[in-house]
Amino acid sequence: MYVDRARQLSILAFLLVLSLALLAYAPSFFQPGNLKDILVNASYLFVAAVGMMLVILTGQIDLSVGAILAICSTAAALASKAGWPLFAVFLLALGLGGALGLLNGLLITTLRIHSIIVTLGTMNIFRGALIYWTQGAWIYDLPSDFRTVGLGQFGGIPYPVWGAIVTFALFAWILTQTSWGRSLYATGSNPSAARLSGISTPKIVLGAFIVNGVLVGLSAVLFSTRFSVIQSNIGYGFELLVITSVVVGGVHIFGGSGTLLGVALAALLLSMIGTALTFFRVSSYWELTLQGLFVLGAVALDIMRTRRSLQRGEV
Amino acid sequence: MRAILCLENIHKSFGGVQALKGVDFELYPGEIHAVVGENGAGKSTLIKIISGVHSPDIGKIIFENREVAIENPRIAQALGIATVYQEPNLYPDLSVLENLFSGRLLKRGFLLDWEKMRQRAKEVLSLLDVDLVLQAPLKRLSRAQTQLVQIARALLAQARVFILDEATAALSPEETKRLFEILERLRSQGVGIIYISHRLEEIFRLADRVTVLRDGEVVGRAKVRDISVNRLVQLMVGREIRDLYPRTPRTPGRTLLEVRNLSRRGVFEEISFEVKEGEIVALAGLVGSGRSEVARAIYGLDARDKGQISLEGQQIPPRPWDALRAGLILLPEDRTRQGGILSFPISWNIGFSIIDYLRNRWTIDERREHCLAKEMIQLLDIRPPKPELSLGSLSGGNQQKVVLGRCLLVRPKVLILDEPTQGVDVGAKAEIHRLMDRLVGEGMGILLISSDLPEVLGMADRILVMHRGRLVAHLPRGSSPEDIIKAATGLAEAPHVR
Repeated sequence: MYVDRARQLSILAFLLVLSLALLAYAPSFFQPGNLKDILVNASYLFVAAVGMMLVILTGQIDLSVGAILAICSTAAALASKAGWPLFAVFLLALGLGGALGLLNGLLITTLRIHSIIVTLGTMNIFRGALIYWTQGAWIYDLPSDFRTVGLGQFGGIPYPVWGAIVTFALFAWILTQTSWGRSLYATGSNPSAARLSGISTPKIVLGAFIVNGVLVGLSAVLFSTRFSVIQSNIGYGFELLVITSVVVGGVHIFGGSGTLLGVALAALLLSMIGTALTFFRVSSYWELTLQGLFVLGAVALDIMRTRRSLQRGEV
Repeated sequence: MRAILCLENIHKSFGGVQALKGVDFELYPGEIHAVVGENGAGKSTLIKIISGVHSPDIGKIIFENREVAIENPRIAQALGIATVYQEPNLYPDLSVLENLFSGRLLKRGFLLDWEKMRQRAKEVLSLLDVDLVLQAPLKRLSRAQTQLVQIARALLAQARVFILDEATAALSPEETKRLFEILERLRSQGVGIIYISHRLEEIFRLADRVTVLRDGEVVGRAKVRDISVNRLVQLMVGREIRDLYPRTPRTPGRTLLEVRNLSRRGVFEEISFEVKEGEIVALAGLVGSGRSEVARAIYGLDARDKGQISLEGQQIPPRPWDALRAGLILLPEDRTRQGGILSFPISWNIGFSIIDYLRNRWTIDERREHCLAKEMIQLLDIRPPKPELSLGSLSGGNQQKVVLGRCLLVRPKVLILDEPTQGVDVGAKAEIHRLMDRLVGEGMGILLISSDLPEVLGMADRILVMHRGRLVAHLPRGSSPEDIIKAATGLAEAPHVR
C-alpha cells in the first residue's frame, strides 16, 4: 500500500526548522518544563486523533468528539468527587465514551445517514444534555488523587505521555498487522469492493466509532485531570483541532489512506506551535491562522501527490 | 496519402516497468486501424499517450505533419483527438447533457446556450438511436448507456482522430451495429479511427489495418484482409491457442444453489433455477435484461422483495458476508468500481476475502498471504508477477484476474462469474475457461453471466435466457446462437421454461 513517507518527512523537516529557529532566537523554549508541557498537550490531542483517524479511514467523520470529551470529563470529575476509586473513574470515562460512540455508530449504520449529519446532530444533543445536567455550573474542589493522573509522572515521563505512547504502540500494531486494521483501510478506500469481498462494512464503521469513543474517553481522562476546575464548556471546538491533526498528518479526508506516525507528528506540531509563537513574541492569536495554513498546505501536498501518481499511471 | 498521426520510437515506463519499448505507429485519414494485444501489452498506454494522459519518455508525435507535444488531454482535444476510454471518465452527478458538453459548453455571449446544446445532443443521440433523458444524472444510467454517452460526447467533438478503447464491451449487439455504421460513415468522411478491442470478430468486420502489440513492442502490422484469425492470435499471444472453449463432459451431481421465486420490483420477477455440482449454468440475455441484477441479489448486494436462496439446502441470508461464509461468491462485472482496492498491493487484494483465515491468532500472516498470492499469480498468469505491486498499477485485464484470484482463494461451492472474460485477452480467456472446466470437475457449480455468445455456447451445460427481468428460456447444451438471440430479444416463447 502507498505509504506517505513524504508527509512524515515534510512534517519532520518543519519541526526541525522550527526547533532550530527556536534554538537561535528563544533557547529558553527548551527548558524541560516547557517541553514536558508541550508533550502533555500533544498527548491527549494525539489519543483523540487516533480515534478520529480510525473513523476517517473508513470514510466517515465524527464532529461530536468535543462534546464527548466534555461529557466524559464531567462524569469523571463528578465520580471522583463522589469518592469513586481512580480505576473506576477511568473505566467510567472510557465506557461512557464508548457508549456515546456506539450511539453515533448505530445511528449512522442503521439509518444510513452520513456521519457528518449524524454527528452534527449528536454534537449539539450531547452538549445540550451536558448543560442541562450540570446546569452550566463548574466543578470545583476535585480530590487530589484525581489530579495525580494529569500531573504525576513515572520514570521522568508524565502519565499522559505514557498514555500516548501506549496508544501509539497498540494502534500501530492494530492498523498494520490485524485484519480489522486492514478492513478499515479497505472500507474507506472502496466500500463496494470491501462489501463484495465479504467484509461487513457496517460492522467495521460501527467498530471504528466505538473505539473512537473509548479513545476520546481516555483523552478526557488525560486532559481533565490536569485542572482543578472543570468548566461546562470544556473541549469546545476540540473536534476541529482533532480533525486538523488527522488531516495535517496525511490521512486522506475521504478515507482509505494515512499513517499513525504522520498523525503523531502533526499532533506534536499543532501543540508546539502555540507556545512557539509566544516564545517568538508573536501574538498567540496567530495560532489559529497557522493551523489553517497547515491544513491548506496539507491538502495542497495531497493534490500534488495525486497528480504525480496519475502521471505515473497509478491510481 | 500522408498520415494524419504518426508516432515514432515511443518509450514509456512506469516505475520499473517498461510499458512501451520503441513503438512506431501511423494512422491515415479515412482508415480504421485496430490495435490488438494481450492484457498489459501496452495498448492502453499507447492511446493514453496519444490523448495526452501520459507523456512519452522518449519519442516523437507528429500530428498533421507537425511535431507536437501532447502534454495534457486538453491539448489533445484542441488538436481534434477524441477518445472513448474503456472506463468512462465522466461526472456521475452531472446530467447527461452537461456530461456531453463538459469542457466545451456552448455559449451565446456570456450565457450558456442550453437550447443549442440540447438540440445538438438530440441529433447525436438519434444518430446512435438511443433514447436518454438529457436531464437525468449520469449515475442513474446503466453501464451501456454511460458508454453510449461517452461515444456521443466524442462524436460531438467532431474529431480528426477518433480513438475507441473497448468501446463495445458493455453494448448490446444492436447498439454495436449502430456504432459500426457511424464509424464507417466517419471513415468515409476522412476521420482516422483507432480501434481497440479484444473481440477479434469486430476487428475483422470493421478494421482496415491492424497493429499487434506484445510486451510493449509492435510484433506485427498487416492489412486485415491479408491476415487470418489464427495468425493474428498467434502474433498476439506468441504461441498457438488450441482450444478456446475446453469442456469435459460430466454428469451433474446434487443441487448446490437453489433460487426460488426471486423478485425485485421493476427489475426482475419470479426467477427460479438451480445450479448443481459439476455444472456450468449460463445466464444469458441482453444488457439491461436483469442478469447482473439477479446475480447481485443472489449474493445479497441488493435487496430483494421476495424469494429464497439456499445452498446445499441451507437458506442464505441476503448479505454478502453471510453468502461468502456459506460458500457462495460473486466476481463482479465492474472490476474497477467494485472488484478490488486499487491502492492495496496485489497480495492483499488476493487474500482479502479469506483474511480471517490468514491469521496467526491476532495478526495477519503476511508470509502465507504472499505465498498464496504468488500461487494465484502463477495460476492466472498475472503480469507483472509481483505480489507487492499496487492493484491500480496493473492493466485492466490483469486487475480482473486479481479479483478472480480473490474469489478462487475462498474455495467456494458456487462461483458466480459476471462477465469473467470481458476486456481479457484471448490467451487469458482460454486460461480462464480451462480453469472453469477444472473447477467444475472438482465439484464446484458455476453460474456464468456473459454477453459473449460463443463463450456461453462453448462453456455452459445449460443456458437460461432472460428478457425484461424474466426467465424466458431454458436451453440445453448444443443450442444454436439463434435460439438464444430469439429468446433474449423476446421473439420466441421458448418451450423449456420451468
